[in-house]
Amino acid sequence: MLCQNCQKRVANVHFTQIVNNKKSEMYLCSICANEKEQLSMVSPFSINDFFSGLIGVGNSNYTEDNTLPQKVVCEKCGMSYEEFRSIGRFGCDNCYSKYYEKLKPLLKRLHGNLEHTGKIPADIYKSINTSREIERLKEQLNKAVQNEEYEKAAEYRDKIRAFEINVENS
Amino acid sequence: MTQWYIENGPESDVVISSRVRLARNFESYPFSSKMEKEQEDKVLSKVKNAMMNVNGIINDISKDDKSIMRDVIFVDIKNLDVIEKQVLVEKHLVSPEFVESERINGLLISKDERISIMVNEEDHLRIQCLFPGMQIQNAWKLCDSIDSFIDSKLKFAFSKELGYLTCCPTNLGTGMRASVMLHLPALAITGYIRGMLDACSKLGVAVRGLYGENSEASGNMFQISNQVTLGLTEEEIITNITNIAFQVVEQERSLRKDLFKQNSFRLNDMVFRSYGIFSNARIISSDEGMKLLSDVRLGIDMGIITDITLETINEIMLLIQPANLQKLAGRLLNQDERDIMRAEVIRGKLAKA
Repeated sequence: MLCQNCQKRVANVHFTQIVNNKKSEMYLCSICANEKEQLSMVSPFSINDFFSGLIGVGNSNYTEDNTLPQKVVCEKCGMSYEEFRSIGRFGCDNCYSKYYEKLKPLLKRLHGNLEHTGKIPADIYKSINTSREIERLKEQLNKAVQNEEYEKAAEYRDKIRAFEINVENS
Repeated sequence: MTQWYIENGPESDVVISSRVRLARNFESYPFSSKMEKEQEDKVLSKVKNAMMNVNGIINDISKDDKSIMRDVIFVDIKNLDVIEKQVLVEKHLVSPEFVESERINGLLISKDERISIMVNEEDHLRIQCLFPGMQIQNAWKLCDSIDSFIDSKLKFAFSKELGYLTCCPTNLGTGMRASVMLHLPALAITGYIRGMLDACSKLGVAVRGLYGENSEASGNMFQISNQVTLGLTEEEIITNITNIAFQVVEQERSLRKDLFKQNSFRLNDMVFRSYGIFSNARIISSDEGMKLLSDVRLGIDMGIITDITLETINEIMLLIQPANLQKLAGRLLNQDERDIMRAEVIRGKLAKA
């Protein structure tokens, strides 16, 4: 019998496609079958989505292609999320902020955690400590004002100012 | 200065070595998957300049570490021949990918080979420290000092939420892989090794062979390492691995005692037969070599064999690896030649000891 697609070549491939639980069968020649297969790669339940099983349903190519008109890439290195999925490696530090939301389920699967609690580089440690310190002093200042301990409040205010100037200068 | 692998460390009857590896990348450059040759070159220069100017070491590094840092030398991988590159792999100083890589990369190692810093492998920087026996804490302290030192000179890619940013998300956060190499002949002989491996994977611990990923367990050597790197502190990772390692060590020790109690003649026979072949054969294949080593090492651990030291065994274990043999011979050898050389080297070392 002839290929159902092109009606020109002999059908030697039985092509079955299951989309959203609906099965469709076609008899195609090898050339049309190849084309169909390539198109299928971009459809909902392709092989790439096996990987996204780790990332979570609802994150597949299908939804992306539907909502975004162009391909999304990282501004700094040009890596797309699809590229990351195919090689399992990111291109630069910016990729992490760019693809953070999509990445969360994968990180949960890999590490079970999403927040870093370990070592911090020295300069960032200083800045985190400083902002924590400022927060703490602000709380103290508010308490002092509530208790009408205005002298104490003034002390705290001055300390906060000193920290903030420090931050500006660094 | 003795090479680290010859020394004996704590729990050396079961624990061969401990290793901590940190993965780091620099802020201003893309990761390895997207770097241009120019950028690779720049990263390498930056690291060289930062490390080689040792006079500016921060005060946190202890006096001992300072002397090690001063002995750190730069090795240009591209100038090494095939044998020398493979020797580095066999010494656990670099990964196989590193020596085969087309990238512009470089290596910094300490003279005693305890510290190894790969530049431009999968990440810009892979800091590794190796210690004999069970010394994960010390390995981490040394890595920590080196990391802090480099941090004081160059800026790492880091995010407050995700920690140190790495090329592969499996290394995110602490970027730390802590592992212990264990010799487990009793667990292997009794078949209980299967249960141990399963328990380890349930506890988030990866078990691998002598040469890491994709290597098989040979000579009853098993490497266990943490899998999670994000959301735990470095101390927590070390505590976990140490605890699990200790449990395996205790299992192994008690099984060895059992084997001895049940049939000491059988155990002695196995050990001495292997010792006989080990010290007299003229041709020993790589696989056979590892098996014999395991039996002889067990014999020494249990006090059955008393005229060889563990240090000698450690040295032999390295020297009988293919590239090391060829380095000794000074030329490439085919398999038959290697098998003959292997037996020669073993007999030679045993005669000296």
